[in-house]
Amino acid sequence: MSHYHDLSAVEEQITSCMRCGNCQAACPYYRETGSESSVARGRIRLARAVLTGELKYTPALAERFECLTCYACNATCPCGVKIDKVLLAARAAMVREGGTPALKKLMAIALKNQRLLDLGFKTTARAKGLFLKPHPAGGLSPRFPLGLELRRVVPPLSPKPFRGQVRESVPVPGAGKKVAFFTGCLNNYVYPSTSHAVVEALTKSNVSVLIPREQHCCGAPLVINGVIDVAEEMARSHVDLFSGLGIDALVVACGTCGESFKRKYVDLLDGAPGYANRARELAAKTYDIGDFVCNVAPFDRKRLREVAMKVTYHEPCHLGRGLGVTAEPVEIIRSIPGLDFIPLKEPNRCCGNAGSFSFTHYDVSYNILKRKLTDVAGTGAETVITGCGACRMQLEDGIAQEGLGKKVFHTAEILALALR
Amino acid sequence: MSLTKAILDLRAILGKENVVTAKEDLLCYSFDATAGMPEHLPDVLVTPLSVKQVAEVVKVANRYKLPVYPRGSGTNLSGGTVPIRGGIVLSLLKMNKILEVDPENFVAIVQPGVIIQTLNTTVAAYGLIYPPDPGSMATATMGGSVAECSGGLRGLKYGVTRDYVMGLEVVLANGDVVRFGGKTVKNVTAYDMVRLFTGSEGTLGIITEIIVRLIPAPEARKTMLASFKDLTSAGNSILGIIQSKVIPATMEIMDRVTMETVENHAHVGLPTGAEAILLVEVDGIPEVVRREAATVRKVITRNGGTVKAAADDRERDQLWAARRAALPALAQKRPTTILEDATVPRSKITDMLLAIQDIGRRYKLTIGAFGHAGDGNLHPTILTDARDSEEMERVHQAVDEIFKAALAMGGTLSGEHGIGMAKARYLPWEFGEKGVQLLQKIKEALDPGCILNPGKLIPRGEGQV
Ligand SMILES: Cc1cc2nc3c(=O)[nH]c(=O)nc-3n(C[C@H](O)[C@H](O)[C@H](O)COP(=O)(O)OP(=O)(O)OC[C@H]3O[C@@H](n4cnc5c(N)ncnc54)[C@H](O)[C@@H]3O)c2cc1C
Ligand code: SF4
Ligand code: SF4
Repeated sequence: MSHYHDLSAVEEQITSCMRCGNCQAACPYYRETGSESSVARGRIRLARAVLTGELKYTPALAERFECLTCYACNATCPCGVKIDKVLLAARAAMVREGGTPALKKLMAIALKNQRLLDLGFKTTARAKGLFLKPHPAGGLSPRFPLGLELRRVVPPLSPKPFRGQVRESVPVPGAGKKVAFFTGCLNNYVYPSTSHAVVEALTKSNVSVLIPREQHCCGAPLVINGVIDVAEEMARSHVDLFSGLGIDALVVACGTCGESFKRKYVDLLDGAPGYANRARELAAKTYDIGDFVCNVAPFDRKRLREVAMKVTYHEPCHLGRGLGVTAEPVEIIRSIPGLDFIPLKEPNRCCGNAGSFSFTHYDVSYNILKRKLTDVAGTGAETVITGCGACRMQLEDGIAQEGLGKKVFHTAEILALALR
Repeated sequence: MSLTKAILDLRAILGKENVVTAKEDLLCYSFDATAGMPEHLPDVLVTPLSVKQVAEVVKVANRYKLPVYPRGSGTNLSGGTVPIRGGIVLSLLKMNKILEVDPENFVAIVQPGVIIQTLNTTVAAYGLIYPPDPGSMATATMGGSVAECSGGLRGLKYGVTRDYVMGLEVVLANGDVVRFGGKTVKNVTAYDMVRLFTGSEGTLGIITEIIVRLIPAPEARKTMLASFKDLTSAGNSILGIIQSKVIPATMEIMDRVTMETVENHAHVGLPTGAEAILLVEVDGIPEVVRREAATVRKVITRNGGTVKAAADDRERDQLWAARRAALPALAQKRPTTILEDATVPRSKITDMLLAIQDIGRRYKLTIGAFGHAGDGNLHPTILTDARDSEEMERVHQAVDEIFKAALAMGGTLSGEHGIGMAKARYLPWEFGEKGVQLLQKIKEALDPGCILNPGKLIPRGEGQV
């Protein structure tokens, strides 16, 4: 039984918290609220209360376990408490006790049913003139309150998702490796250019790419919100889909998706007959694109052309602290001639997006973003490079609203550009 | 219900969002960083934004006879913020502005919710530092550290919090607001009220503004790690270094138990097999730093120790990381960690280390000792399990003996963590009956209704004569 199924699986984590409060200094959420119930120390206490029966499910209690899921606390905890596990386990326990809240239910249905999601996105794309008005800085802002804050800028949806634009197999004659590319939702529906860049970078590194059309959302938004049963189904379906392909690796271009394959599926399917082993095998084969082209199928450095641009790099939480991919994106950036790279003061501080958290806690999320933008502005860079569609969406939102006039690209896009 | 009414009054003063009554939140304020303390839920948590609001809250507390528990970041190690009698937890975290940095007078004026590190980052732009640096400086507030008179790692050379507090604004128990001290280096006007409130642990008044002294940042520093085959040579080195007229910024000690635990936990490359290590840092003008570092090295070698100097910032950070890992590493070993704070005159440091070892042996307990050796401020840390009542009985006896030993050597119960709930019962040992009565009179004069942090510091009567 993993911590997703049973809160007592994290009892040891809960007891190893010495209550020193060091996590306060790292937690972006606490920095905005100053409330002990939004920082690891307090919420570990709440998890203990759920475990001992001292507190029962209430919507308020469930809300106390929500946060950016940015792992900054994990990285700072001197006792090595796996705080992410405690929080995810507590969220799952809350859903078990109290059911899935309406918003999350909607999301779960949409994410589970890929056709529906495709339809949903397409409908929105077609009907966007009705609901969304172009924002002066590019992108669209909702004409009507769509449940989001009015000022939020939503990037235009691609009229045709990436997976509908490409063939399922992009072979390279005499390829050294064969990989499957898991696009993830954002790189499919919102940023197809990232997906194209990933395929380009891979093929130019002598790697054949499969892009199975049947893939769907990785399920991370559900796991993060404690909706375990649906996530588990999605995990099974992906294990079935990707295990049979005879691939050398599964490549992702998003830390959150990567973590699903590398860690979450393994835990979700722990002990599941016919799945547990295959989930582990798939996990061992999962790479972020940056990691893959630096360490497994190295890109051809001699082929890089000059790209004159002043750039900085924002490290996505789930890519850096989650997958441990910290050096590679910087290595790629530094290897491209002409790029003037000015690091952020705090490259790995959360941008505040955190998926659905940014809808439900828009103000907190935006304040966190503003700190990131101040850091960005301080570098004087005209372009922010990052490795995650959600971070990109968040950064673009803030850049548009603050009128900063900067661009955001995925690391793979810059690499593909330099390889062109 | 008077509590319901009190909450309505508080809402009227602070607005709904700054008055919290949900149990899901209050539970997170029922404890602090102190291990082995009872927990207690407050009735309400308030977060005022101004001194006026603090004063109004105190008046409400008086009206409804509710205790007030001031709170910064809740990182104290003496149960100081546990709302043991319920009532109001008053968080100062939203009063977190640096009001002024005055580079001409080397002074800063801050609100109590400013984090110590934030002040240091801000004044660094002026080439200045605020020296008190408790291990918790990235989290602890200025208000909390003034209320505890926190020490830190640089105490040996630079002193402790009280040496830097020049003036205070305080809300008294009746809601009056008073100010003492100021920006002048000299000030002998009347009693030294600033010092009375510094270290008063939230029992005499609520600090709402602090004027602190700053000093120029040292230009250079050198960090060294010395290892010893026995405690006595480590102790002799500590004395030897100071006798050769070198006052390091830091002189930290770790005994074998602590070192081995840290090494097992963090693998930072500490010399296991040694009986004790010293972490020594000298700082100041580059030429002086070089000379002092050479002296330190000589003294340590003369006492049979081996020295390794940090070659660069990365190595320095590693050494410091090892020191900072001491408590967390010890805390991982057994379920309960009892951290003490007994302090002796520097010349008695070896005796105290040996006494702690002896007490550990006699009561069959694992005690790690580490701490600010240059200050004589040790943190004997007993690793135990609160669920084992037989062992806990021995723990209590051992703690008693540690305090007795420290006092017999001319030391004190607490060097920097304060009395709070954890050490209140030992107060008569150090102060005597008459001394405790004097404390009670002071408390009675300033807080006759005993509403400020009741259950802390003053034993039993808590000020009610
Ligand atoms: C890992 C770790 C390392 C530490 N290292 C050190 C160290 O090296 N040296 C050291 O001395 N201490 C150390 N401490 C103890 C602690 O961090 C300090 O005492 C710190 O200064 C407390 O600050 P705080 O903001 O957390 O105060 P809190 O814990 O919130 O409060 C401390 C006390 O002050 C009172 N108080 C708080 N704010 C006010 C106010 N504005 N007015 C009046 N009363 C108030 C509270 O009622 C309480 O009694 C350490 C603690 C930890 C967890
Ligand atoms: S840093 Fe770790 S041990 Fe300390 S309070 Fe936070 S979770 Fe607990
Ligand atoms: S994951 Fe991030 S937001 Fe959540 S508690 Fe940890 S540091 Fe705070």
